[in-house]
Amino acid sequence: MANPIPLRTADNATPDAVVEVRDICKRYGDVEALRGINLQFERGKLTTLLGPSGCGKTTLLKIIAGLVPATSGQVIVNGRQVTGPGPERAFVFQDFALMPWATVLRNVAFGLELKGMPQAERHRIARHYINEVGLSGFEEKYPHELSGGMRQRVGIARAFSVNADVLLLDEPFSAVDEQNRRKFQEDLLRLVDKERKTFLFVTHSIEEAVYVSDRIVLLSPRPGRVSQIIEPAIDRSAAPDVIRRDKGYLDVVEEIWQGLRQYAE
Amino acid sequence: MHMAASPQKVGATGGAGSGSSSIVETLADFARRRKSFWVAVSLAILFTAWEIAGRVPISFAFPTFLETLSALIEMALDGTLLPAYFITFQPLLLGVAVSAVLGIGLGIAMGLSDKAEWLLAPVFIVLQAAPMAALVPLVTFVYGIGLVAKTLAVIMLALPVIVLNSYKAVRHVNPSLVDMCRSFQGTRMQQIFKIVIPDATPVLFAGLRLGIAAGFIGVMLAELLITPTGIGDLITYHRSVANYAHMYAAVASIIAVSTLTLAALQYVELRFLRPEKRRK
Ligand SMILES: Nc1ncnc2c1ncn2[C@@H]1O[C@H](COP(=O)(O)OP(=O)(O)O)[C@@H](O)[C@H]1O
Ligand SMILES: [Mg+2]
Repeated sequence: MANPIPLRTADNATPDAVVEVRDICKRYGDVEALRGINLQFERGKLTTLLGPSGCGKTTLLKIIAGLVPATSGQVIVNGRQVTGPGPERAFVFQDFALMPWATVLRNVAFGLELKGMPQAERHRIARHYINEVGLSGFEEKYPHELSGGMRQRVGIARAFSVNADVLLLDEPFSAVDEQNRRKFQEDLLRLVDKERKTFLFVTHSIEEAVYVSDRIVLLSPRPGRVSQIIEPAIDRSAAPDVIRRDKGYLDVVEEIWQGLRQYAE
Repeated sequence: MHMAASPQKVGATGGAGSGSSSIVETLADFARRRKSFWVAVSLAILFTAWEIAGRVPISFAFPTFLETLSALIEMALDGTLLPAYFITFQPLLLGVAVSAVLGIGLGIAMGLSDKAEWLLAPVFIVLQAAPMAALVPLVTFVYGIGLVAKTLAVIMLALPVIVLNSYKAVRHVNPSLVDMCRSFQGTRMQQIFKIVIPDATPVLFAGLRLGIAAGFIGVMLAELLITPTGIGDLITYHRSVANYAHMYAAVASIIAVSTLTLAALQYVELRFLRPEKRRK
């Protein structure tokens, strides 16, 4: 097995930034959720926002998605300033946000339905991604007939169906039990590799972040600020079990834990 | 990647029991699958209690269940019941239809727009709290004793509850679904028709059921307080001639009709509007 470089702290601007976050501040009334966030997200990479609960991860992701307005600062996607949701970004919700009255097929095709794509075509695309996330045979099921993990696969398939450049995933696996979670992480890595999209991934699990990310942005507790950026250069060609026992992997986990420890009181 | 579960496993609700299952298990399984069994049991208990109470008797004016039933059959056969319902249903259907359309429309508007909320919510909150029965005689001053007055009585009772429930239904729509629609660049109209209204449907229908129940109260109040017509006339007449079995038969029949109407509405909702709730 190759000897992975344990980690390298990145500070240089990335050359091909799909998403650029400039001086983002966010207040909810008296609550200051985010302060002075500056970040760049490189095309084709998976970046994780990691931080304690309530530090503003969801808020930052929703600002990038254009679902929540920032108090000040700008978000630039593909060189254009964001004023609202756009076709180049797709969101995966922590609580799945599936329509309970619609089948898996309609849920997955919903983004395309909103764009007015004819039914036959959007169903063809939806079926492809349903298969891609391993839900073939469940097309006519309703969300309440699926487990939490399967529901989130529906949410991921829906986000893939609209063919956005950037996928924003807000703690997609938080409702998934531990065994399925690992399987999920491996599946995600496979999709990242296959779909060649930019992923912004929110989690509060250090292991999950290190396992799936090209780059980890550590946020400090409220008001959320960027406290550290870590690039765990892990050789992902190795088998999952090997990676999870790899020294480089474990060192990065430890390093992040030490960084977050000061906040864990 | 492959899932462990097969599609068949997820949707299955269990087939027929094996031969070894006891009678209790079979009964429990039967009851689980057919709620109507328990409805029958509870009705049987009610009617038996009624029969016993009538035979004791708790009051000379309280007929037994069987006397009431035979009076009901008699009225059904001698052609007094059907025409009475024909009369009663006119203001009821009219009033409920107007209340449903207007109430759901106004309620949704109030849920969607703050301006409509400020304008209308206080009015309907006051109306719902007001003792409408006391206001029913007032409409006769303005609209006389005809169909219009009775329809108005139905609307006065049915409209506020439908409006307030529809309003509540829209306000309680899952915000995450609305965000989802926005994130896929849904227009405001798509948001309303593809997310808000479908998600609000169960509460809209709950309001509609309450509204229809209130409409039955309204039409009975109108027929008892304005001028005796229809079922209200049957009740009033048989009471005046001390025909208590017939009076109770008329009362019981309107309760039964109201219950069946609400059950039918629920069936329509589950069958056609909430595919995921359909029993397979
Ligand atoms: N809609 C809102 N209104 C008021 N405060 C909010 C709202 N959304 C989030 N907050 C607050 O902002 C902070 C950050 O929230 P959030 O982005 O959800 O954090 P995270 O996802 O990291 O747990 C929290 O303190 C939360 O209470
Ligand atoms: Mg969150």
